[in-house]
Amino acid sequence: MADVTIKIKDREGVVHEVEAPTDMAMNLMEVCKAYELPVEGTCGGMAMCASCQCYILSNDVQLPEMSDDEDAMLAEAFYVQDNSRLGCQIPITEDLDGLEVELAPES
Amino acid sequence: MIKTDILIIGAGPTGLFAVFEAGLLKLKCHLIDALPQPGGQCAEIYPKKPIYDIPGFPEVLAGDLVDNLMEQIKPFEPGFTLGERADTIEKQEDGTFIVTTNRGTKHQAPVVAIAGGLGSFEPRKPLIDNITDYEDKGVEYIIRDPEIYRNKRVLIAGGGDSALDWSIFLTDIASEVTLVHRRNEFRGALDSVEKVQELKKLGKINLITPAEIVGLKGDGKIEAVVVKKEGEEFEKETDHFIPLFGLSPKLGPIADWGLEIEKNAIKVDNALDYQTNIPGIYAIGDINTYPGKLKLILCGFHEATLMCQSAYQRIFPDKRYVMKYTTVSGIDGFDGSRKEAEKAVVKAIE
Repeated sequence: MADVTIKIKDREGVVHEVEAPTDMAMNLMEVCKAYELPVEGTCGGMAMCASCQCYILSNDVQLPEMSDDEDAMLAEAFYVQDNSRLGCQIPITEDLDGLEVELAPES
Repeated sequence: MIKTDILIIGAGPTGLFAVFEAGLLKLKCHLIDALPQPGGQCAEIYPKKPIYDIPGFPEVLAGDLVDNLMEQIKPFEPGFTLGERADTIEKQEDGTFIVTTNRGTKHQAPVVAIAGGLGSFEPRKPLIDNITDYEDKGVEYIIRDPEIYRNKRVLIAGGGDSALDWSIFLTDIASEVTLVHRRNEFRGALDSVEKVQELKKLGKINLITPAEIVGLKGDGKIEAVVVKKEGEEFEKETDHFIPLFGLSPKLGPIADWGLEIEKNAIKVDNALDYQTNIPGIYAIGDINTYPGKLKLILCGFHEATLMCQSAYQRIFPDKRYVMKYTTVSGIDGFDGSRKEAEKAVVKAIE
């Protein structure tokens, strides 16, 4: 399976173009950590901390629907915008090729 | 002054297991944790979630793992300073350390083991401009003593378990309880959601949703909050504002203890004993880093075990010791209890 390319804008505005494997059951939060981007992932990926919140900048990439858990966590998080998602709830699939995201501020 | 052999900072699974390994070496432990209960993240963030990689447990709930560890270390009578954050450390002339918490509690030990996970859990503060002006003047992020709310008007913000549970609890104490959340939906245990629904019907909880608090008012102490609901702003009088938006871990004052820090973690010597650059201070579990580090509970257990052996050598440099197997030697608790394997029966068969 092919890797996909994702652009991640960090909190300083620097854009990192990263390659992410689609066959390792990884999610966007884990990809950020793998590339040592400043994403804490405190809860390990259970949609329970919002430390991996990011803003989806692409309009043309199909993302998985938001679960009730993710929706509820975002309802308690800070700096939430209409395009907010939790990175840990976005599995890396071939559909994500070309995705552009921005890390939300730390809170 | 609390005196002990190994002072453990952080009462998560790694810190708790260190008490057991220290106990086998007849070393006494005392733990400090910023949270009001032991268990660290396992107890605070995901007590009802299963863990699948604890050796020998195909599946165990995080909360049950903590309960089991507490049971396992009970014979070694650990002391606890809970709800306080370790703030400062001073080395004494005799080589011991004195660690003081944010509430002034002092602890002295020849060995300090930092098992602080991702750091101490600090409340996540809502983004309201002047909120820091009202801290401890009507704004509290953590409920320490519910009695201070007796016959007062309380307004809680948040949509998770703690917001629900405290709203329910305070209906019997406060004169008025208001719960504000950005959504109509709450994420919590089903019975808490239903209980709040029932209390709302009885008029014991005012529910304001979907809404958020955008401002605070009062002269010297909180008198009212500004609520924004569906685009409209209005004031609501209250004596206390309690935002419960969870906790986030911060390395905090430990960062200023002179320890070598790399990427928010404390560098240790993993070839030897998980000691930091300051002799006598160790770091174990998620808070340390070394080449190949993995933040796993099972790795924390291993690190705790090696740390205790090294701590023993440090405290008793002249004593010879060999590691013993619990199956062979049993467990002698400091409380006088003894656990041991059943002796085999030696008897002729006729």
